[in-house]
Amino acid sequence: MLKARIIGLSALLLLSACGGAGETDPGGGGAASGVKNETAGITDTSIVIGTHQPLTGPAASGYASISAGSRAVYSYVNDAGGINGRKIDYRVEDDGYNPTKTVEVVKKLVLQDQVFAVVGGLGTPTHSKVLDFLTAEGVPDVLVSSGALAWDDPAARPMTYGFQVDYTRESKILGKYVKKNLAGKKVGVLYQNDDVGRDAQAGLDQFVKDAVVSRQPYDSANTDVLPQLTALKGAGAEVVVCECVPAFTALAVLTSARLGYKPQFVVNSIGADTRTLSGLLSAFSKQAGAEVSPSALLTGMIGAGYLPGVDTDDPWITLFKEIHQRYIPDVPLTNTLVSGMAQAYTFAQAVKLAGRDLTRSKLLEAMSSGSLSGPGMTPFAFSKDSHAGYTGAFVFTVSPDLTPKVVQEPMVTDRGTGPITAAPTARRTPAEVALVG
Amino acid sequence: MVSQEEIQAAESRAGGIRSGRAPRRAALPPLVRHLLWALLAFAVVVAVSSVVDPFTNVRVATVGYLLLAAAGLTVLTGLTGQVSLGHGAFLFVGAYTVALLVTHVPSLPFWADLLIAAAVSGVAGVLTGAAAARLHGPYLAGATLALAVGLPAITQRFPDFLGGSNGLGFTVNSMPAGLDVPTTRWQAWVVWATVLLGMVVLANITSGRVGREMRAVRDDEVSAALAGIRVGRTKVLAFLVSAVCGGLAGGLQAFLLGTAAPGSFTPALSLTLLAAVVLGGVGSLWGALWGALALVALQAGAEELAHGLSLRTDVANFLPLAIFGVVLIVVVLVLPQGIHGLLRKIPLRRRKDSHVEG
Amino acid sequence: MPDFLTLTLGGLTNGAIYAALGLALVIIYRATRVVNFAQPALALLCAYLAYSVNRATGGYWLGLLVALVAGGVLGALTERVLMRPLRRSGELAPVIATLGLLMLLQAVSGMIWSAEPKSFPYAFDFRGAFSPAAVFVVVVVLVTAGAVLALFGATTLGLRMRAAAFKPEVASLVGVKVGLMLTIGWTLAAVVGALAGVLAAPPFLSPTVLDAVFVYALTAAVLGGLENPVGTIIGGFGLGVVLSYVSGYVGPELVTLASLAILVLVLTFRPHGLFGRGVARRV
Repeated sequence: MLKARIIGLSALLLLSACGGAGETDPGGGGAASGVKNETAGITDTSIVIGTHQPLTGPAASGYASISAGSRAVYSYVNDAGGINGRKIDYRVEDDGYNPTKTVEVVKKLVLQDQVFAVVGGLGTPTHSKVLDFLTAEGVPDVLVSSGALAWDDPAARPMTYGFQVDYTRESKILGKYVKKNLAGKKVGVLYQNDDVGRDAQAGLDQFVKDAVVSRQPYDSANTDVLPQLTALKGAGAEVVVCECVPAFTALAVLTSARLGYKPQFVVNSIGADTRTLSGLLSAFSKQAGAEVSPSALLTGMIGAGYLPGVDTDDPWITLFKEIHQRYIPDVPLTNTLVSGMAQAYTFAQAVKLAGRDLTRSKLLEAMSSGSLSGPGMTPFAFSKDSHAGYTGAFVFTVSPDLTPKVVQEPMVTDRGTGPITAAPTARRTPAEVALVG
Repeated sequence: MVSQEEIQAAESRAGGIRSGRAPRRAALPPLVRHLLWALLAFAVVVAVSSVVDPFTNVRVATVGYLLLAAAGLTVLTGLTGQVSLGHGAFLFVGAYTVALLVTHVPSLPFWADLLIAAAVSGVAGVLTGAAAARLHGPYLAGATLALAVGLPAITQRFPDFLGGSNGLGFTVNSMPAGLDVPTTRWQAWVVWATVLLGMVVLANITSGRVGREMRAVRDDEVSAALAGIRVGRTKVLAFLVSAVCGGLAGGLQAFLLGTAAPGSFTPALSLTLLAAVVLGGVGSLWGALWGALALVALQAGAEELAHGLSLRTDVANFLPLAIFGVVLIVVVLVLPQGIHGLLRKIPLRRRKDSHVEG
Repeated sequence: MPDFLTLTLGGLTNGAIYAALGLALVIIYRATRVVNFAQPALALLCAYLAYSVNRATGGYWLGLLVALVAGGVLGALTERVLMRPLRRSGELAPVIATLGLLMLLQAVSGMIWSAEPKSFPYAFDFRGAFSPAAVFVVVVVLVTAGAVLALFGATTLGLRMRAAAFKPEVASLVGVKVGLMLTIGWTLAAVVGALAGVLAAPPFLSPTVLDAVFVYALTAAVLGGLENPVGTIIGGFGLGVVLSYVSGYVGPELVTLASLAILVLVLTFRPHGLFGRGVARRV
């Protein structure tokens, strides 16, 4: 009797003995499944979409403003009547950059809130954990906020589309620029010890491998980069390529000033947000003199970018400044904020392109149509065969007034070893995209 | 020391798990009684899981693995008096064991993965216990906190094997062919079946001789040693039991969410688990249940509230954290025995409980 | 290879901050047998106040002063409102209460100043292997530690505080106001903590910036012996230097593991820290 009961309770566990836990379920799921629940999250007057963002916790610094920018654009679109009469209901869930939490909140968005799509989920460690789920559930997963290569895999991940230029592409462009314009100089690399650093070095090494004298990893939980900068200085690196997030670019710049070390910094697009950097560096000249003012520290820094800079008079920036002024004047206007706005604008554009009889399949068709063009300085790679986002970047240096000066026009390339070529110069303006009105 | 004795006296007045009391129903030995309770609980879980929506089933399963983790910590902290701020480290070990087995030994069935995860975290628990057995109070707290902070950094050292800061992502296949229930419902069943088996074992351990020895060590190490109890061994055993529970909970979390990454096993997790134990009522396995329930409910409720009120972004973002902090403070000040203590004050509950714990 | 001298000096500066926050923990532990887990959040709030004052005045010193005063007030309030009712409620209740306060104050800081990092100045020029700013940090911490030691060892107030902590019944019999002494202990500790917060905040202040500092500060205090201010100061500086070497010569990702290894090693041989005297528990 007793034994029977024990077995009764254990039976369920033993049922799972039927197959190996790591073997793919032959019945369902897997890569082949396509869109499901075509019209989930849609009514005649609304579209519910969701995202996961680090709003609190260590990663929130630097990233929390992205969804604020997106929200402002959706408010702007909604106040102008929405897209095809549908207003966008943007649900932002805080995952604190904790992958466990990411999976929880994305399941909540999909299973409970029944979102139409997940838009701009932020981070590689976080978003990589929901790919299987979103694929199996057939939920569009577009414009992921990370430059990892994993989002571009149309065969296995038909639902997922990237957004920003991937780390390899932009580092190829930066590497070629360094090889050509800083020829003969010793190169040091400071990189984040995750996919940002790994993918970026894969691109960089195609051009400057032989010139590299030191490679120093940093860990985003450890803000003391003195050892790394000392090592780069000791190795005699004249150029330091920083594959960093903005806070660590600023730390590297400050720490090199502390060491009296003046390398030519070359920074990837996420780390080269001049507005954020000058804000982070603004407090030191009062006590330590004009040599450590933001202008003195940042002038001459070389950076990459894929969106128009906040300090340019690009028509997109004009529009975004208007939206910023109207909806979120308290949030500092940085390039990071602009990336959130650009992403929301791109999504709204895809929804519009998908037409009045909106379905998930139609959204994905619109994404792959090749007709999306927008704030970015280069085209998207989006097509049937590629789900990569922006395909390249421009190179700029920082002027003494902290505005970026473009020194190499936008170039495009692939994530492999393909050539780097000039990007098409024609870009559409907000008026031509005509999202609203 | 006075204050400690006082709290213990207060605790036993309020009725933590009491030892050495003759069972009222001699006809039913503890194991059978605990199993009956577990079966009843499982029936409740199946019933609940069948009527709620798929995402609520994720929450049901979350309560399950948090319950097991909190119950393990209850044995260590509540019964044996060892305050650990590093329980998350064992969840880390369990989750990574399951993750590695699923990815590298895909042919192993999931229950075998879980057993191995329990064994590996048990070893980790014995090692921790051996190192920590001589430590007291804040020294133990500091050391276990260092464990929670330090251990996940191992993933950075072996990025190819352990996935670096990205960690590992996978899908666990456990559904038997031919069974047609929604995935999250099945997951809730598997989690709770494991958790309840674990709870039966825990209830048996704590209501027997080992449990009495643990409480004796907690109450006064010197007297315990005089009474012939091997204090060090009892503490190591408590670490072992709690680590196995933690490892199983971590393994179940990996099963449920398909992820094992260092960013999930921050000190905040360990501190939250300890908070859950106190919230529910330290010193009783029932407290672990209330604590796990409260944790999930609080989190969900606070997030709903933050979304619902139209607050400034920064205020809304930090509201759940603030609410959790306030709840902890209020519970400690107003309900020192936690939710379980509150429920015990209701006469009807009292009778019911004495069946379970007698 | 990173330069040995730079690593040492950099480690000393970090270590000074661990020592200062560790000292705050020790003062409270000596006074009330409680480890104050809210310490990083108390210090954080003070650092943010200093930030706001700095922004408004453009100077450094008024901000520091405001932070120290705010620290004292917050410390006294915490003791009176939160800790006093818990004086007889065992080991766990104060841990949870201070954890709750930690979450609450971190959340409040985030609500007011947002999660975005804020640029926070050093007191002086931070450039050079051992810059004026670094010298300032080390000197201030050493002077503070000296003052605290003198207070404990050589004044009647210190004597009363020790009496109130170790023999409260006897102390109150001879006319020491035990409650007041505890409040003074918390106030003093929170002022030292606020100082540590302001020293630790540069270059960037964000709601979680002191979490790691706190873990190392607690490690330093445990290493040195929680009852022993001198041990904690030595523990803080020592930990800072060793972790700087680990980061420079082995790898920055191993710093937390190294700190765990050091702690395990030390506690295996000295369960009450390097300089702590264990109360004999076994007969």
